[in-house]
Amino acid sequence: MPQKIFSNLLSIFALVFSLILTGCAATRFNTESEVPARHSINEFRDQRFAEVADPWEGFNRSMYRFNYYFDKHVFLPVVSGYEFITPTFVQERVSGIYNNLGEVRNFTNSLLQLKGAETVTTLGRFLTNSTLGLGGMFDPATSFGLKRHDEDFGKTLGYWGADSGPYLVLPIYGPSSLRDTSGLAVDSGVNFGIYTAVAPFGNSDKSLVIAAGIKTMEAIDTRHQQSFRYYESGYPFEYYMVRFFYHEKREIESRPPRKEDK
Amino acid sequence: MIRLILFFVACIALIPSSGHAADDGYGYPIQGSYEATILGTPAQLMPELPAKIRSRQLVLDVFPGRQKPPIFFYDEGLLCTFAYQDKKAPLVFLIAGSGASAQSAKLMTMMKALYQAGFHVITLPSPTTANFIISASQSSIPGDMAEDAADLYRVMEAAWKQVKGDIEVTSFHLGGYSQGASQAAFVAKLDEELRTFNFRKVLMINPPVSVYNSATKIEDLMQKIPGGSRKQGIFFNKMLSKFSEFYRYGNYVAINDEFLYSIYTEQLFSQEETAGLIGLTYRINLAGLIFSSDVMTNSGYVVPKNRVLTPTDSLSDFFLVSTHLSFFDYFNEYFYPYFQKRRPGLTKQGLIDSQSLRSIEGYLKSSPKFAVMANENDFILSRAELDYLRQLFGARAKIYPRGGHLGNLEYKDNLAFMVDFFKK
Repeated sequence: MPQKIFSNLLSIFALVFSLILTGCAATRFNTESEVPARHSINEFRDQRFAEVADPWEGFNRSMYRFNYYFDKHVFLPVVSGYEFITPTFVQERVSGIYNNLGEVRNFTNSLLQLKGAETVTTLGRFLTNSTLGLGGMFDPATSFGLKRHDEDFGKTLGYWGADSGPYLVLPIYGPSSLRDTSGLAVDSGVNFGIYTAVAPFGNSDKSLVIAAGIKTMEAIDTRHQQSFRYYESGYPFEYYMVRFFYHEKREIESRPPRKEDK
Repeated sequence: MIRLILFFVACIALIPSSGHAADDGYGYPIQGSYEATILGTPAQLMPELPAKIRSRQLVLDVFPGRQKPPIFFYDEGLLCTFAYQDKKAPLVFLIAGSGASAQSAKLMTMMKALYQAGFHVITLPSPTTANFIISASQSSIPGDMAEDAADLYRVMEAAWKQVKGDIEVTSFHLGGYSQGASQAAFVAKLDEELRTFNFRKVLMINPPVSVYNSATKIEDLMQKIPGGSRKQGIFFNKMLSKFSEFYRYGNYVAINDEFLYSIYTEQLFSQEETAGLIGLTYRINLAGLIFSSDVMTNSGYVVPKNRVLTPTDSLSDFFLVSTHLSFFDYFNEYFYPYFQKRRPGLTKQGLIDSQSLRSIEGYLKSSPKFAVMANENDFILSRAELDYLRQLFGARAKIYPRGGHLGNLEYKDNLAFMVDFFKK
C-alpha cells in the first residue's frame, strides 16, 4: 500500500515537472525585433561579484521555480497545518528530537575529519541530550557548554580537499552543489543503515509505514525550522544572492584547516 | 534579500553592546555613524515586544488586469502587512525606506510596538522595491515624490478597502522612515486634497531633506573604494577573502553571532572599507530598481528593447551591468528624460528641487500634525540640512545625538517616543 502511494506521488511529481519545464518554453514569444540596450556588459572591466560556477543555470532556475510552486501548493500548507494544530511547546520538542538524531551525522562526519575534540563534544551532546534531555526533547548539553557542531559528508569531502563542483538546486531540498549532493546521499545512506541496524520497529508489520511517517515528519519539521521562502524578497536577482550565500557559507565552513595545524 | 546582504555587511563592524554611553542621558550605545547604521540596535536594548500578534498579509491587486512580464511570474500583487486589534482603535500606515519591503525588520518592530500600544497597523513597501514597481506604480518609474505619493495613496485606499469590513477605526495616522518619511510628507499633503483619511498625525523618521543630496552622499561612499565604484567587484571579492581568511584562522564553530562579534572587536575592516560596503549595498538595491523598471517599461536601458525574458533565462549580465550604474546614471539617463518628455520646460534642477522637502515647506511649517525624528550623525544629511529640519519643525523636531542612519530606530527610547507621539 505505501509503495502504491509513493509511486502515485512520483507520477504526480513527474507531471508537475514536465508542466513547468514545457510551460517556460511556451511563454517565449517575440513580436518585435530586439534593439540593443543602452548599457551592456562590454563597457565594464571589473570582476564579477557573487560569482559561483553554475553551468546548469537553466535547469537550476527551473528547479528554483519548481520549489516555489511545491512550497506554495504542497509543503507550506502542510507545515502551517502542523503549526496550527500543534502547540509551540510540542513543536519545539519535535525539533529537538530530530536535531538530536542529526547528532549521529555530526558525529560520524567529525570523526571522518579526525576532529578529536569536536567528535568527543558531539558524542557528549548526543549522550547527554538523549538521556537527561529525554531523547533530545530538551537541550541540557548546550547549558553544560557543549556546543553543537554541524557536520555532514559534503563538508567532510570539502575538508579532504574536494571542490564544491557546480551549483545545483535540488527539487524540494533546495540549494546545493554537486559535492554536497553526493554528501547528502552518503549521509542518508548511513542514516538508513543505522536505522535498519537498530530497527526499533523491525518486528512490526507496519515498519515501512512507520519509517515513512518518521521521514515525512522530519521533512515537515525541517521546513518548519527554516524561514526561507522562494522569491519572498521580490528582488529580481534573488537567485544570485541565494546562490552566493549558500556557496560562500559552505566554502568557508568546509575549508581544510591551515597546514600548520596538521 | 537585502537582509542577506546586510548579514554580510554586518560582519564588518559588530559593536560590543556594552559600549559606554556618552554622558548625555541618551542610552543608545553605538558612537560611529556607519557602525550604528549597519548594526542597528542590540537586541537587549529593544523594548519587550510580543512574539506573535494578530496579523495577516495583504496581497493587493492595485491595477486589475495589468499584464506582468513572464520573468516576474511570482509577483501576484503588492504585499503589505496588516495587524489588527479586536476593538475600536486608530490605524497607522507605515511606509518603508528605500529598497525595503513591507516585511522589513524595522517595520515589523515598529508595527509590534504600535500594536502593543493598541493601534491597528498597515505596513507598506517602499515605492523603490521591485514589488511596488511591478504591481503598484502607475509609471513603473519610481523616484518622483508627487507620483510616488499618488501611488502610495492609491495603495492605502486599496488596503483600506480590503480591511475596513473587519475592523473599527477611530482615526488615521501616517509614518515612515528614511525615504518613506519624505514620502509620508507628500502623501499627507495629497490627503489634504483627497481627504480619504484625514491623517491626524504624521511622523517622519530620519528623512532626507533632498533625496538627490542624500543619494549623492551615499554615492560618495563608493568613492572610497580603490579605483572607484567601477571596480566594485574587485573590492567586494577582496573583502570576501578577508572575511573567509579571518574565519579560517580563528577557531570558529560556524558563521554565527559569535564570529560576527569578533569581526567587529578585531576591527577586520577599516572605516573606508565599511563605507564602501554600505555604498555597495545601496547599489545592489538600486540595481533591482533599475532592472525591474526597465523590464516593466521596455525602455531598453539595461535589457535589450523587446526582449521577453523567461523565468529560466540567465540574468547574470544584467545583474553586473545594473550594479555598475550609479544613482546619477539612473537620474540623468533614465529618470530625467522621462519627466522631461512629460513636462516640457522641466529643467534638471527643477526636477531635483521638486524631490526636496523644501518644495512643500510652507505646508510642513504650518501643519501641526507633523513631527520629525533625526540623528546628529546621520550621514545622509549635511549639517545645513539638519539645521534646516530644526528650524522648519522647531519644537516638533526630536534630534538624537547619535544613531547614524536608522541605527537607533529600534532603540527602546525611540520607539517609546514614536508610540507616544501617535497616542497624544
